Amino acid sequence: MNFKDQREKFRSKAISAKEAVKEAMQKIKNDNLNIFINDFETQALKQADYIDNNFEKFKNTPLSGVPIAHKDIFCTNGLKTTCGSKMLENFVPPYDSTVIKNCNEAGSIMVAKTNMDEFAMGSSNETSYFGAVSNPWNSDLVPGGSSGGAAACVAADITSISTGTDTGGSIRQPAALCGVTGLKPTYGLVSRWGMIAFCSSMDQAGPFSRDAFGCAALLDAMASYDEKDSTCSKRIEKNFESLLTENFGSLKIGVIKNIDSLGINTDVMQSYETSKSVLTGLGHKLKEVDFSELSSGICSYYVIAPAECSSNLSRFDGVKYGYRASNQKDISNLYMETRSEGFGDEVKKRILIGTHVLSAGFYDAYYLQAQKVRRMIKNKFESIFKDVDLIFMPTTLDQAFEKNRKDSDPNRMYKEDLLTIPANLAGLPAISFPNGFKNSLPVGGQFVGNYFSEDLLLATTHKIQEVTDWHKMTP
Amino acid sequence: MAQNDTLIKGWQPVIGLEVHVQLMTNTKLFSPAKNKFGEDANTLVDLIDMGLPGVLPVLNEGAMRQGIKFGLATSAKIAKTMIFDRKNYFYPDLPKGYQITQLHFPIVKDGVVDVNGKEVRIHQAHLEEDAGKSMHDKYDDRSVIDLNRSGVPLLEIVSEPDLRSASEAVDYLKKIHQIITYLDISDGNMSQGSMRCDANISIMRPDADEFGTRAEIKNINSFKFVEKAINFEIKRQIKILENGNKVEQETRLYDAVKDETRSMRTKEFANDYRYFPCPDLVPTNISDELIEDVRKNMDELPEEKESRFRSQYNLDEYEAKVLCAEKITAKFYEEVCEVTDPILSAKWIIGEINALLNKHDVSLAESKINSKNFAGLIMKIKDGTISGKIAKEVLEEMWQTGSDSQEIIKSKGLEQISDESELESIAQSILDNNPSQVEAFKSGKDKLFGFFVGQVMKETQGKANPGAVNAILKRLLSN
Repeated sequence: MNFKDQREKFRSKAISAKEAVKEAMQKIKNDNLNIFINDFETQALKQADYIDNNFEKFKNTPLSGVPIAHKDIFCTNGLKTTCGSKMLENFVPPYDSTVIKNCNEAGSIMVAKTNMDEFAMGSSNETSYFGAVSNPWNSDLVPGGSSGGAAACVAADITSISTGTDTGGSIRQPAALCGVTGLKPTYGLVSRWGMIAFCSSMDQAGPFSRDAFGCAALLDAMASYDEKDSTCSKRIEKNFESLLTENFGSLKIGVIKNIDSLGINTDVMQSYETSKSVLTGLGHKLKEVDFSELSSGICSYYVIAPAECSSNLSRFDGVKYGYRASNQKDISNLYMETRSEGFGDEVKKRILIGTHVLSAGFYDAYYLQAQKVRRMIKNKFESIFKDVDLIFMPTTLDQAFEKNRKDSDPNRMYKEDLLTIPANLAGLPAISFPNGFKNSLPVGGQFVGNYFSEDLLLATTHKIQEVTDWHKMTP
Repeated sequence: MAQNDTLIKGWQPVIGLEVHVQLMTNTKLFSPAKNKFGEDANTLVDLIDMGLPGVLPVLNEGAMRQGIKFGLATSAKIAKTMIFDRKNYFYPDLPKGYQITQLHFPIVKDGVVDVNGKEVRIHQAHLEEDAGKSMHDKYDDRSVIDLNRSGVPLLEIVSEPDLRSASEAVDYLKKIHQIITYLDISDGNMSQGSMRCDANISIMRPDADEFGTRAEIKNINSFKFVEKAINFEIKRQIKILENGNKVEQETRLYDAVKDETRSMRTKEFANDYRYFPCPDLVPTNISDELIEDVRKNMDELPEEKESRFRSQYNLDEYEAKVLCAEKITAKFYEEVCEVTDPILSAKWIIGEINALLNKHDVSLAESKINSKNFAGLIMKIKDGTISGKIAKEVLEEMWQTGSDSQEIIKSKGLEQISDESELESIAQSILDNNPSQVEAFKSGKDKLFGFFVGQVMKETQGKANPGAVNAILKRLLSN
């Protein structure tokens, strides 16, 4: 069921929050795609009761009585938060992240927390300590990552909305591979407080739903100025749901020159071309823009993100909380064994890369250069947005791929993020939505917008979804 | 030209200090936990100070204002934009695995302080967070950690290598101490660790072009130890060089018990801290308005106070300097001056109070003397109720008990006897009891006058008004 109908059933009292939760819990119990790490039936039923008992209070909140699944990267007070890692397998935070708090206040009920790549590092959800997630369209395939569980959860129709985080494409890529809509907001729109950090300068939480409508409502709930996050923006409040129907008129939409030279699969290219004609059919104008720097983003990203992660993950040392290797003879061994046993290979690899690029003698050659490339890409976007309102491109190079397929070639896996990373480097908002169906699998396309143009991204996607059906397809 | 009076065996010591000062703020540098010393372990700890996953630092503006104050007091450049960096290293009492500090864009740069008429340059002062405390001797089988100190704001003040002797280094440190306590930036308490010092020391021939290789001595926690550690280190380096060996660049620890420095780690094993800008904190702009606001609300600096004391209270340079050496003394003095004689008060503080403080090795704040009971004592001297000699006795008692001077004088019966008839009858009885001395005096032995005065004083336990006694005796003896 889509989000709007789900919420309407609560608002019209066709279904209670408790009944909605019970339905969702039943689906969670039947899940054989390994979408969830932990579910919380007792707490969810209690919360549903609370919402039912306070119907008047919640009947007009953005997420009235709607069950939701949160990525297991958001800390939940008193409830396990694993971040997909053995390191935090039994970690119970004594605090709620701002995203969780906001969603609770908006009337949603958390039923479970979704599987993810360990510490959000991965593009296939295969690095999770709790096992890979299967793609709802074909269980031999990956759902994408790192928010693979969150995308699969909506695609498999278990909940109508879910939260994710996007550092280099971790919302948009799985959204594309699972055939749902996912939005990465402007850096700073959604508070990072209580969201376990991977790359602090790019991490951004955002919504998943079947359509732009659900994303708009969930973003209304998630976004808030938060004085506990110094990088959080004090922007003017917008109501994204009500702005969905805003008429932004005929837009100038940038399409990237020679994008076909980047190694994009022909099926994905075909869907892209089809979508372009949908856009012109809606009265928008396409304008070719030069963005030859686009592909250098990935090099910059794979220096900066590991650098920050190597520092962010230092706190997992076995001293205070989380996994601790047993029977160590001294502190140095405790550190080494705890981290060797507690982290998976992908995380270790990135910590090593990050440690290296920040080391004396390498900092200038790697980290500083990467920051320059990042600045260059940001400048390029800024100059492009002087000419166009939005940029349109495919979300990924390929459709969903087989599990284990690319394990042997990490560069190929990293390349998955080629088209999503630039928005993260620049801190720009971007939305991925289903824009085609090939080989019995969904295809995704994405808009990248200027800073704080989420209203425009959502409304434009919403208009497309009024005239197309890709987002209505279910596995 | 090198300052030859600082040469030791023909070697010129070159010293720079890094002084860590814990800032007085309500809360910690990046968390809402209280910033306080001496509470039960792990009771002043927020999620942020524990380094829990997903929590984020938010800069305490109070700490920023303290940094700006220090910059203004040392005529330094205040940053237009300051940037926090992460210094990465593993240590059990460093919960995040990194310390947030400032490397390239500190809050304060290029300051200067006057040390005995010499300008000592401050390279920079930067804000950073303190670590927690590891305790290894509390239990036999484990080490434990107290995170109360984790995240306490520090200002690290880095001097240029402008100091040339251990005693000059101590004077510089005292100057820094004076500034930070004057401005209420810090309580500067070295024994509680709110002021700590690292010293960089090298030696060179006076005519050499370059400084020698330096050693850094970490965490010296008293003025006395700073002097001792530096002197030990200078001697150690001289011995090495005179034996034809090389000083190694290394970090050393000062052992106060053995009075020696010991190697902690050599350059080869130095940590690579992998500094990079902290992505959780945006670059912080410091506006001219903020700087002006801090300036307006800043307390008087030591030099300003000294010159005001000289003109306002008619003190000489020495008196003003001694009274202004510590803010608490200056404040005490001014409170006393509000009710009684400034000159007499100054004399008694500089002489008697300081003697007592030194003798008992405590600070004015810790003593039982306060401006109220002390001012009372000065007034009693001033109006002749007690003599200076008796006043010292009263002050001793006041030091012990903290009682009011009036009470002490009364309970001990120390009040000066000025009553003419009472003194006259005492004097007369002395003369009556010593007829042979009276005879001798009258036949020319003038010196015996002192004997009579002494006898009256003895009889009155020193309480007789000396002037009155003199006059009465003269009158009686001339009869």
